[in-house]
Amino acid sequence: MNILKFITAGSVDDGKSTLIGRLLYDTNSILDDQLEAIKNANRKNNDGTVDLAILTDGLKAEREQGITIDVAYKYFQTENRKFIIADAPGHIQYTRNMVTGASNSDLIIILIDARKGVIEQTKRHSFLAKLLSIKKVLVCINKMDMVDYDESVYENIKKDYTALAGRLALSDVDFIPVSALRGDNIVHESAHLSWHKGPSLLTYLENIVIEEQQETASWRFPVQWVVRPQTDALHDYRGYAGRVIGAGLQVGEEVVILPSGTRTSIKAIELNQENLLQAENGQSIILHLADDVDVSRGDIITSVNNQPHASRGFSANICWFDTRSLDDSQVYLLQNHTATTKVKIADIAYKYDVNTQEKIFNDTQVHLNDIARISVRAANDVVFDLSSDFPENARAILIDPRTNLTVAAALIETAE
Amino acid sequence: MDYLDHLEAEAIYILREVAAQFEHPALLFSGGKDSITLVHLALKAFRPGKFPFPLVHIDTGHNFPETIVFRDWLVEQIGEKLIVGYVQDSIDQGKVVEQRGKNASRNALQTTTLLDTITQYGFDACIGGARRDEEKARAKERIFSVRDEFGQWDPKRQRPELWNILNGKIHKGENVRVFPISNWTELDVWNYIKREKIALPSIYFSHEREVVLRNGQWMATAPFLQIDEEDIVDHKSVRFRTVGDMTCTASVDSVATELDDIIAEIKASTVSERGARLDDKVSEAAMEERKKQGYF
Repeated sequence: MNILKFITAGSVDDGKSTLIGRLLYDTNSILDDQLEAIKNANRKNNDGTVDLAILTDGLKAEREQGITIDVAYKYFQTENRKFIIADAPGHIQYTRNMVTGASNSDLIIILIDARKGVIEQTKRHSFLAKLLSIKKVLVCINKMDMVDYDESVYENIKKDYTALAGRLALSDVDFIPVSALRGDNIVHESAHLSWHKGPSLLTYLENIVIEEQQETASWRFPVQWVVRPQTDALHDYRGYAGRVIGAGLQVGEEVVILPSGTRTSIKAIELNQENLLQAENGQSIILHLADDVDVSRGDIITSVNNQPHASRGFSANICWFDTRSLDDSQVYLLQNHTATTKVKIADIAYKYDVNTQEKIFNDTQVHLNDIARISVRAANDVVFDLSSDFPENARAILIDPRTNLTVAAALIETAE
Repeated sequence: MDYLDHLEAEAIYILREVAAQFEHPALLFSGGKDSITLVHLALKAFRPGKFPFPLVHIDTGHNFPETIVFRDWLVEQIGEKLIVGYVQDSIDQGKVVEQRGKNASRNALQTTTLLDTITQYGFDACIGGARRDEEKARAKERIFSVRDEFGQWDPKRQRPELWNILNGKIHKGENVRVFPISNWTELDVWNYIKREKIALPSIYFSHEREVVLRNGQWMATAPFLQIDEEDIVDHKSVRFRTVGDMTCTASVDSVATELDDIIAEIKASTVSERGARLDDKVSEAAMEERKKQGYF
């Protein structure tokens, strides 16, 4: 059994939390005492049914205001799959929390209110889905009960969204009409929506296959921690602990350590004190190298046949999270995997208008929630791939050393 | 990768990030199954080396005796360092005042002892076994969750946490709570315990015990639990689904003596794990309020 991580995104009142509540409720994932607590909280829908949104609004401030402020994680499983849901806020003010949930998701459900169609938040969330290279987009057109389950409403929204997806170069988008409040097409297919030829939301989620790896991809091994027991019995033991990104890492393989460029080969792969011949994507292992070379945290070990860039300059798309605007006279810290490097923003090339998806060249002040293309100069070589080649190694965050806050998410687009 | 392998690899990655990013980390050990699982994961993350952190137990003095026996046995087995912070010390120093009456509990007092212990040893990161599926305030928690110099959590101002890049940068006096098994469910923990053959304190398994009825739930009797003629005391076959302080952890009726029985019992259960925790039932926001103060 494997895990599907997905996020629900939509505007305020599009019914995200209700959708999740419905998925949990109709799969019997809500237990008696939790249901009791919801009933006691006495938050009802207009028609007197229990408000399922309260299941995910875990903070007092959220329940007071009836909105989602921060991402809440929910867990359920069926016979076929385990699910981790990130219920993310819709308010533009909390975009950074939505991005937090989205960055760890394989699939994004974009929720659209059937009465409103494609709106600014739909465009923003779709833009972010593209920016974060989320592998799969599912559009749920919700509140179909409010438009009399009218197929033409669904078809019109689908057409609008398909045009948006085209402009964003989002490929492979699927659509499902639902009513989260009524439970139509969530777990069970609905007679009201019999014109829709396709599975219910749950059946879809249980069966969707997320492509793990492109065939051309190699592997990267960011070194986290050097294991050196320094005991008499294990005097010469020196292992490099880390988590494998990609596939193909095997014993005997010739490798290069970046940024130094030192070459050696893999002597052994250790997992839980047992030796493996090869390692797979996502495993937390310990590598042993054939030669006694200089390797420390932040280095990337990689196959000699497929190497990432090691450079002090690159361009990146960023989403800015801080209330304090980007300051190009300031030194920031760039953290990518286990490496941290001082950087400066050499140029703010343009910002994106999330509504029209156009580039804005005449305003280069980057404020909270802005998405921009920047050029970065680093104090030392940064080891990275381009998001078009190997997205898992094109990711970084910017940290403001004055506040220690994570101020931006970055995806590296070109080497400079 | 199977889901348990995935969860294990993620937790090991997080533990190693703690080791690499902090000067004085600690693993908060309660003697419950989640922190025992953490110890097992730490063995996988750092052996054949030593742990780069001590285990820290905040002892309310109202623990199940079985938990303390187990704790000491485990520490002996793995040969790692244990630091104990005593709530009794905080009471004796006048920093906290013991509650009175039948429902008196030291649960809330632990926060003061915990924060004092953190200050005393200068811990900058505390690894805990909290899981997001336990409770709705915990469902909001980051993997690396910053606490200010007063130990407070500010849920409205959490740092963004992107991909698996963990930002452990803090100012002096702040600390980070780290939750490596955030994404595990109760059932995942039990399936993992079974797969890895992890030893547990005996109270997790069904046993005969003297219990007293409190607020509709059966609590284990103990010398410090105030019992009078009006109380209903009985002998029952019970086990404990979560293990906290004896004053706030109720038993569940059970005949489950093996891990398979427990797993079957949890799958069939219609109440949540924390349904037997009286400390969560105080109010809708009981956990959030305690977490804001610096609770685990």
